Amino acid sequence: MSSSVTMPEPASFGRRLKRFMADRPLIPLIILLIILVAILQVLRPGIVNERWIANTAKFAIPLAILAGCQTMTMLTGGIDLSVGTVATMSAFIMATQIVNQNPTVAFILAMLPAVLIGLVNGIGVGVFRVHPLIMTLGTSLIGTGFLQVYQRTVIASGASIPDFLNWLGTGLTYGFPNALFLFVPVAALIVFTLNRTGFGRLLYAVGDNERAARLSGVRYWQVITALYVISGLLAGITGLLYIGLIKAPSLSLAEPLVLPSVAAAVIGGTSIFGGRGGYMGTIVGALILTVLTTLLTILQMPEGGRRILFGFIVLFVTAAYLRIIEDR
Amino acid sequence: MTTNPLPQNPLLDATGVAKNYGAVAALRNASLSVLPGEVHALMGANGAGKSTLVKILTGAIRADAGRILIRGEARDVRSPAAARRAGLLPVYQEPALIPDLDVLSNLRLTGTPVEPFRAWVRELGIPNLDIRETARDIPLAVLRVLDLARALAVEPDVLLLDEMTAALPANLAEKVLEVVRRQGNSGRSVIFISHRFVEISALCDRATVLRDGATVGVVDIEPGVEEKIVEMMLGARIEKTSVAAARTASEAPTVKDSHPRLSVRNLQLGTKLHDVSFDLANGEVAGVVALEGQGQDELFAALAGSIRPAGGTIAVDGAQVRFSHPSDAIRAGIAYVPGDRTEALAMQRSVRENIALPFSAAFRKWGPIKMRRERWVVSSAVARLQIDTRAQGEVRRLSGGNQQKVTIARWIAADARTILCFDPTRGIDVGTKQEIYKLLRELAGLGKSALFYTSELEEVQRVCDRVIVIFGGRVVDTFPVELADEPALMRAAYGLPRGARQDVGILADVRPDAEAAP
Repeated sequence: MSSSVTMPEPASFGRRLKRFMADRPLIPLIILLIILVAILQVLRPGIVNERWIANTAKFAIPLAILAGCQTMTMLTGGIDLSVGTVATMSAFIMATQIVNQNPTVAFILAMLPAVLIGLVNGIGVGVFRVHPLIMTLGTSLIGTGFLQVYQRTVIASGASIPDFLNWLGTGLTYGFPNALFLFVPVAALIVFTLNRTGFGRLLYAVGDNERAARLSGVRYWQVITALYVISGLLAGITGLLYIGLIKAPSLSLAEPLVLPSVAAAVIGGTSIFGGRGGYMGTIVGALILTVLTTLLTILQMPEGGRRILFGFIVLFVTAAYLRIIEDR
Repeated sequence: MTTNPLPQNPLLDATGVAKNYGAVAALRNASLSVLPGEVHALMGANGAGKSTLVKILTGAIRADAGRILIRGEARDVRSPAAARRAGLLPVYQEPALIPDLDVLSNLRLTGTPVEPFRAWVRELGIPNLDIRETARDIPLAVLRVLDLARALAVEPDVLLLDEMTAALPANLAEKVLEVVRRQGNSGRSVIFISHRFVEISALCDRATVLRDGATVGVVDIEPGVEEKIVEMMLGARIEKTSVAAARTASEAPTVKDSHPRLSVRNLQLGTKLHDVSFDLANGEVAGVVALEGQGQDELFAALAGSIRPAGGTIAVDGAQVRFSHPSDAIRAGIAYVPGDRTEALAMQRSVRENIALPFSAAFRKWGPIKMRRERWVVSSAVARLQIDTRAQGEVRRLSGGNQQKVTIARWIAADARTILCFDPTRGIDVGTKQEIYKLLRELAGLGKSALFYTSELEEVQRVCDRVIVIFGGRVVDTFPVELADEPALMRAAYGLPRGARQDVGILADVRPDAEAAP
């Protein structure tokens, strides 16, 4: 091919800006985050301090990990709605088993349903080709049912939060939340997996064009089964972290995080149709949602109005963001 | 037959029809004139524009230019419904009944009267059809007959049949041909598209021949005319490319192997593949020539491990294999490059990821990628195929030719020993075509092998060592490349015997029933 590159036609500033954003989809997200924080600071001068940042991070982290589950499953064109139930189950089982068991046994018992539900999801989606939405919704309901049955068997023994999870969920080290000790390695691992491992490549490939992946020798069911097991594991770990933060085991502990986790991944630029996206955007998406929640809280609106506004903002941000980064 | 010597006003008269898709002209100047009471064959090689013309006539797509007269009136067929109102009704190759509705609901959908439909169904040789049966549960052959009956029931002026007998067993096919013939006798017209000369000679009055998007002739069907039709379909192809030049590369390294690289015996698959046997040697490029839908798609899919054959054997290097997934074929060193690039590429991913995709496929390769090594392998494959990488971030931004190169580069990088290329040069520019020819010859020179299906017959002599011709799910002939000029290939592809220049046999040898009928 010729080495001379044709001069691009002089583009307007708007087009060049759009181009720039399209090449670096993280930048508009970070700008949005900064704007939100700035608004917060204007409305409540002095609110943005070290303590506020640590607090925001603490609440954003569980959301960000669950959104990581959504990111990975969405890359393959799927979704995992069972993350809430899985997180709740492992949290609840941990809190109740720690009373009578040693911590290792309690941990294993807590993670068991997470892996199991992930495995069932994976087999259902990967082998029997059930739509992920239906599959994970179904296992989520089943899990909740089991948890209710389980609850009756442990009513007598009560529940407690292990010290370690307390430390992890709410503790600070030099002003940094301890949850970062968990989150930084997990996030690094997810980013590395998506960008630098064969498995990560396959997630993108399967989501972009399953047939092409098949013709390249990829066995769909293997990838999907492994994916949902990993998603279940991550959700289980999030549950343990979350119980350390909330400190009140209940049967719907992590359920309110499910839809925000999907929203965080979508705001972060991951395509719900598969093949596009990444975890860095999702992390910023989770931060945006957390800051937005704070913002709406201090507006002292009634709960209903707050939710309406939240929904509108999420819709608007997602639509606007996709317009910016889609370069067609 | 009923050829009327009197000049009649044509029932359907299309002239100067043209259609462009972007820079590609699918039709340049096509015309078709059908007289009342006539069965008119529409013929042309793959890509000549038959289906485009049919789609225009039936309102499925709109022409860019041209005039269509129906009974002498200019009509603008904007939609299939408009074509229907004008009295023009198609029966396509694919069954048109909605699978999840029963037959009766399907009839209501198109406003087809039920009683005539039933009468036609009986007439066509299906005495006991339950019209409450769901279309999905009805066998393919019967569905095609139902499509025909549904069309006949509304008594169209012009009936358009696209490869009507292709999926039918002999007894149903006979009935269909009989009914079609009678249509002609009752003053209605039929446009008949078929790859089978036997049927055309038994049934049709005249034939219109298309080549490269233009009508090149209209002939009366009479004994011996098939030679003329084949010539017209090919045209005066003057420049003969040198056969020797293409093949020199492969002469040298042909080491005598005890086993062929790939050995296919009696392969069968549903109604599509009946009996396919051939060998592919190391260092050989074997061409596959077939008209559309003769089983070549299924053959390639079976060899690639995408579908399981119903019978017969495949052996690789002398050892029998049974592929249940493409990964099995890939492990045996057999890679498949589909004709449709969108089937092979993850369009939103980079050139690099697309080329490296097979590396990560196996479970044990799911771990960290050795990025430096991958970059090296990919960039050498990119350089080998001279892929223009200016837009490499997303494959969808590449040109068609470059996309095709990526699909091939993947298997160069993976060092596959046998490449199954299904029409790899369709719809790409001439320069890229040349590069692909060259590449295939180089691979053969390295002792690798390729099976190369092409719809462009002139490519055969540029690339192949040997040609396998498939017709109706069977290997009907195998040519050494020296004999595989276009006329010979075209004749063979239409199932005509080799060297039968003055062949009257094929017309005389019509099935007895066809002879007996008036």
